[in-house]
Amino acid sequence: MDLIENIEKEYLKEDLPEFKSGDTVKVNVKVSEGNRERIQTFEGVIIAVNGVGINKTITVRKLSFGVGVERIFPVHAPIVDSLEVVRKGKVRRSKLYYLRDRVGKSAKIKEDRN
Amino acid sequence: MKTLIAKKIGMTQIYDENSKSLGVTVLDVSDCRVVQVKNNEKDGYSAVQLTIGKKKNLSKPLESHYKKYDVEPGEVLHEVKVDEDSELNPGAKINVKDFFEIGQKVDITGISKGKGFAGVMKRHNFSGQKASHGVHKVHRAGGSIGNASFPGHVFKGQKMAGRMGNQKTTIQSVTIVGLNEEKNYLLVNGSVPGNKGNIVQVQSAVKVNQ
Repeated sequence: MDLIENIEKEYLKEDLPEFKSGDTVKVNVKVSEGNRERIQTFEGVIIAVNGVGINKTITVRKLSFGVGVERIFPVHAPIVDSLEVVRKGKVRRSKLYYLRDRVGKSAKIKEDRN
Repeated sequence: MKTLIAKKIGMTQIYDENSKSLGVTVLDVSDCRVVQVKNNEKDGYSAVQLTIGKKKNLSKPLESHYKKYDVEPGEVLHEVKVDEDSELNPGAKINVKDFFEIGQKVDITGISKGKGFAGVMKRHNFSGQKASHGVHKVHRAGGSIGNASFPGHVFKGQKMAGRMGNQKTTIQSVTIVGLNEEKNYLLVNGSVPGNKGNIVQVQSAVKVNQ
C-alpha cells in the first residue's frame, strides 16, 4: 500500500483549495484545438465529491441557457489547470442530486459565511 | 530473453505525457535476490535461481539449500536463463534497470484468481438462453452437449461448467510505463493475473513486432 501511495503522490496536486459539496467553483480546463492549447472555464456548483487520492472526482452542475449541464472532473488530472472556490455553500448532505429536480429559488444554496 | 520475478502490489492510475490516464499495475522487485548460480562448466548451462519474499517453516532440504548460499529463504525459487558473462553472485539483489526499460513490451505469468465452480457463461463466454419467451429455469444453461445414438457419447473437451481460475496464466505484450531503480518497482499498463501479493514472472515479450 505504501508503494502505491508513493506513486500516486507524484501525480497529486498540492495547490488545490479546500472544497466540498455545495461550493460554487470555477474549474479552468485545458482545451487543445489542433496544436494550440487554451483554457476554458466551467463555473458551477459541486453536487458530488467522489473518490480519494488520485481518483478524486467532482461533479459540477451549472445552468446553461436554461439547460442543466453537469461535468465530472478528476481534480488531479492534468487537464484541470486550476480550481477556484468562488462561494462556500451551506448544505446538509454530501450528494446534492436533489438540485437536478429544482430550478429557480428552490435550487438556491445558502452561503456559508464562516 | 530476460526474466525476473516480482510481487504484485496492486493497481492505481497515472497520467502520461499526453494527459491521458492509464490504469497501471505496480510490480515490486525490491526483494528479488539470487540464490544459486548455475554455470556452463558445472551444470551444462548458465542460469540463476531467483527468490522473493520471506518464508518460515521450510523443509529440511530447502533450508540447507538456502543455507548453502547464505540467502534468506524466500517464497518461491524460480530459475531464469542468463548470459554466461553475467556477474551475478548468490545473495545479489536484482534491479529492474538491468532487465527492462520504459516502453518495452513484456509477458507476465502468474496464477490467476480462483473463481470456484463456474457456469459456462462465465467460464467459456457462452451466450446462455433467453430471459423470457417460455424459457424455464435454464437461462444460464449451456444447451445441447451433443447428438443422440450417433456418436452415442459426448466428445472429449466439450465445454462445460467446472472449476475456473487458479491456473497459470500469461498475458502477452504488456507495455512498461514506469520504472524506478531506486525503489525498484515496475509499472505496467493494464492488469496482471492473480491477487495482490502474488508472485509473477516478468519476461521480455515473445511477440516482438507488436
